[in-house]
Amino acid sequence: MVKLDAIQKRLIEEIADLHSVPEGAYNFRANSQLAGRNTTANIDIVSKEDGSGIDIHIKPGTKNESVHIPVVLSQSGIRETVYNDFYVGEDSDVVIVAGCGIDNCGSQDSEHDGIHRFYVGKNAKVKYVEKHYGSGDGKGQRILNPVTEVYMEEGSSMEMEMEQIKGVDSTDRETRAELKGDARLVVKERLMTHGTQTAVSGYQVNLNGAGATADVVSRSVARDDSSQTFNARITGNAPCSGHTECDSIIMDNGHILAIPSLEANNVDAMLVHEAAIGKIAGDQLIKLMTLGLTEQQAEEQIINGFLR
Amino acid sequence: MLEIRNLSFAVEEDGNEKIILHDLNLSIENGKFVVITGPNGSGKSTLARLIMGIEKPTSGSIWFDGKDITDLDITERARLGISFAFQQPVRFKGIRVKDLLRLAAGKNLTVSAACEYLSEVGLCARDYIDREINSSLSGGELKRIEIATLLARHTRLSVFDEPEAGIDLWSFQNLIRIFEKMRREIQDSSIVIISHQERILNIADEILLLSGGSIRKRGTPEEIMPGLIGRSGVCEKLQ
Repeated sequence: MVKLDAIQKRLIEEIADLHSVPEGAYNFRANSQLAGRNTTANIDIVSKEDGSGIDIHIKPGTKNESVHIPVVLSQSGIRETVYNDFYVGEDSDVVIVAGCGIDNCGSQDSEHDGIHRFYVGKNAKVKYVEKHYGSGDGKGQRILNPVTEVYMEEGSSMEMEMEQIKGVDSTDRETRAELKGDARLVVKERLMTHGTQTAVSGYQVNLNGAGATADVVSRSVARDDSSQTFNARITGNAPCSGHTECDSIIMDNGHILAIPSLEANNVDAMLVHEAAIGKIAGDQLIKLMTLGLTEQQAEEQIINGFLR
Repeated sequence: MLEIRNLSFAVEEDGNEKIILHDLNLSIENGKFVVITGPNGSGKSTLARLIMGIEKPTSGSIWFDGKDITDLDITERARLGISFAFQQPVRFKGIRVKDLLRLAAGKNLTVSAACEYLSEVGLCARDYIDREINSSLSGGELKRIEIATLLARHTRLSVFDEPEAGIDLWSFQNLIRIFEKMRREIQDSSIVIISHQERILNIADEILLLSGGSIRKRGTPEEIMPGLIGRSGVCEKLQ
């Protein structure tokens, strides 16, 4: 049975679009405690013996099922590191929704470092959605340092959507992926920073098998005095194709460092990178103002669209 | 009704003042379909941008339905009922056709309402409604979407800055059809089009010939067109 208070429910809504207990498998973690769990015939969730996290086992051939593993922190001063390992069976097709919401009204820092490892079996398909959100007006920082490791077998595919739009003071995200032949990885990252927030996002994608493909696309907005670093490297070790793109809007006194990089160790590796940083174009604002929007409303629409 | 009184616009170029529009006086009555034409650099687009408030005049005033709008910004003018179609439509990453139409209409649009505006401009809503207004759309497609946003606004004054620029022949046939329909349904609103195209000039109630920052001629197509064609300047061998 899931027991959550009002703040925790609000955080869950923000990070997982959940208004009630989801169908299928789930594991709710609130203030470092298990708050609810459900398993299905095909998806098992077990706590690690040393208490450091959970293992999620998805049976081969599992189709159209989902796993939700939201984490919420509503007490000030919690610092935790959690290991979640996903074993996705061959030929399965699943959606995994993770995310962390921190509400910190206190003066101590709250920090959740989630280490997610995905072992994606042959020809399996995974859609992974991860949202991070922070709220609360305390002096304590809201800190999230996720690490994601993806190991993809032949012919598997994984789509990752990662979003952090509001309220996280400091984040240092690291994503590493190893792809075998014909494996396909698509990453869509959305990031917005405000105030004095800092965000670092690094990717290392290794394309190790023939026909492996990766597309890592980040869109970000840096407002106020916030600072962002995007550092994405794709390495081609076989006949493969990779593309990385970081596209950023800079506002106010924001700071953005974009370092897309490519490394080829095979003559048939086709790798492309793109990076762009710029303010909102004046003609975009003017166009929306000719539709009756104020400059501020126009700016909001442009940013909302950009981060969609 | 739009009234322009003693409107001048100048820019600084290499330390010298360059006059783009000089002491312009003009009124466009409700129910009129007016085409402003003239050679390149005659100040046509500047005039259109001054009407929308994108540029501010050096002197003179602009009145709309009896109200002095000279000091109003773009948003305020838009809300009073002026709309503007860009010569080169703006692209947006992430904003979809349906989002722009919804913003233009100022309310939530049903798919069938959006479909109505898109089919007016010859686009199938099913194919376009979820498309992003980014570089995946061709110049002609963007232009048609731009016009659809004006249709969705239903304003009292619509200003089109060279709607024919950058569109293919097929789109052009459609464009003429759209303007003919707008002219039929004009009622008490008015339409101002900046254009060089003979076929657009031909359907105007009135043509204004702008040259060197001033209005040189004003009249019906029958009165103005013969003089314009005679002044085309194309050499005999090319005619």
